[in-house]
Amino acid sequence: MSSIKEIQEELIDEFSIFDDWMERYEHMIALGKTMPLIDPKYKTDDKLIKGCQSKVWLHSELKGDKVIFTADSDAIITKGIVAILIRVFSNQTPEAIVAADTQFIDEIGLKEHLSPTRANGLVSMVKQMKLYAVAYQAQRKQQA
Amino acid sequence: MFDITSIRADFPILQREVNGKPLVYLDNAATSQKPQQVIDAIVDYYSRYNANIHRGVHTLSQEATDAYEIARKTIQEHFNIAHPYEVIFTAGTTHGINLVANGFASFLKKGDEVIVSALEHHSNIVPWQMLCEKTGAVLKVIPMTQEGTLAMDAYSGLLSEKTKLVFVNHISNALGTINPIEKIIELAHQVGAAVLVDGAQACSHIKPDLTALDVDFYVTSAHKMCGPTGVGMLYGKEEWLKKLPPYQGGGEMISEVTFEKTTYADLPHKFEAGTPNICGGIAFGAAIEYLNHLGFDAIAAHEHTLLEYATNELLAIDGLKIYGTGREKTSVISFNVENIHPYDIGTILDKLGIAVRTGHHCAQPIMEFYKIPGTVRASFAFYNTKEEVDQLVAGVKRAQQMLS
Repeated sequence: MSSIKEIQEELIDEFSIFDDWMERYEHMIALGKTMPLIDPKYKTDDKLIKGCQSKVWLHSELKGDKVIFTADSDAIITKGIVAILIRVFSNQTPEAIVAADTQFIDEIGLKEHLSPTRANGLVSMVKQMKLYAVAYQAQRKQQA
Repeated sequence: MFDITSIRADFPILQREVNGKPLVYLDNAATSQKPQQVIDAIVDYYSRYNANIHRGVHTLSQEATDAYEIARKTIQEHFNIAHPYEVIFTAGTTHGINLVANGFASFLKKGDEVIVSALEHHSNIVPWQMLCEKTGAVLKVIPMTQEGTLAMDAYSGLLSEKTKLVFVNHISNALGTINPIEKIIELAHQVGAAVLVDGAQACSHIKPDLTALDVDFYVTSAHKMCGPTGVGMLYGKEEWLKKLPPYQGGGEMISEVTFEKTTYADLPHKFEAGTPNICGGIAFGAAIEYLNHLGFDAIAAHEHTLLEYATNELLAIDGLKIYGTGREKTSVISFNVENIHPYDIGTILDKLGIAVRTGHHCAQPIMEFYKIPGTVRASFAFYNTKEEVDQLVAGVKRAQQMLS
């Protein structure tokens, strides 16, 4: 299993072959289509991430010591962004998720999505994923 | 002669690039760009005669006071208002609306009715909800039709002697529909209700004659009409402004103060507490002069050409649907492309240097009516061109290719 850092490097490599934004966006849209989709029964309002102009549903569960994320969005570009985040953060330990940074987004040429005021809410998605991770961390400490 | 090349040269921002492409600015309903003449008025004020107004005996203060009061006069003449003191400088449309809503709180009693339209900016509905909560008055809503126009028959049905105030926008920000305010005002007056019109979306496209309209209150913002942000105007008929209690206490708005009692200043100062946005007021005047120099007939004709051209070109795109198809509308096109989220289209357009608005345009009730998450809104100003419409159309087609 690759670490968060390794997956981020892999994504940077993958995006480095594209010359222009259109190709990068097309790849991101393609990644969106391969995303592990959220079970429709979790597509409820309480799974919606606030701060997005499009709808983003995010679900998490702990399997063993790993957090598994699934998601969906009604906008295709947003779905591509969530897919990238899920590829990086899903199937990792809560500790690794909490500690991870998101500078790789800049390096794959999607810097404009990093601004906290951006309406797509990439920052909100990361925050929500980290919140889940923190909660699982606390839960496991209690059990230990 | 409407010389689009020289007009565009007046707007420095239109020369810039976005994402490596020449900027195509089609978000004029959110805010307009500023011509050099307005920017110069701002720079000139701060460079030459910045001073506080209405109180200094020194030269700078006199000059600033004169310029501010000349701006008030420019606004008065532009809107054909009877007296300059019926022009209240505000921080913008929202401020003006709250000023009136707050004032009505002292007149309304339980069971009175306030009517608003379904085509409102949702932030504009809030002051009336607060007013009704405070007074026990009831809020009634004029419904809208599929075309995005107001259902006027229903409006007539809502009016009664209980109606105290009608609030409606002149032009809908989300759809561009021009509301029949002449009729709305006439019918409201028949039952003795006052009318407040929100002209924020209208005043960059048309020149309302407020005396002819016989409207009781009219509010607008400078920034939608080539002026700066943070300044606007409230027009109120003299008898209403005299009746309305002051909104904020402070300097400028008082005549005499003792600890026992304060006498309020005369109009317009009663409603202009504190040091106002002096520079903004002066630049607002400069913006109105600029627009009048172009001429509103010429502006309307050019924008109408753009609207018709863009409507036809966009409708030729497979699966594209336009919301707001009333016959009377300004150069605003709210649309969606089948199976594509407006946010996705807006993102691709931005990458192409084209600025549009996406989302619910602060008009969630309208979006709920159409059962859509939002729209893409392209809004054109007099400085936009047919070539820019072509770029928009090409951009939407490209987005459609990428996204489906």
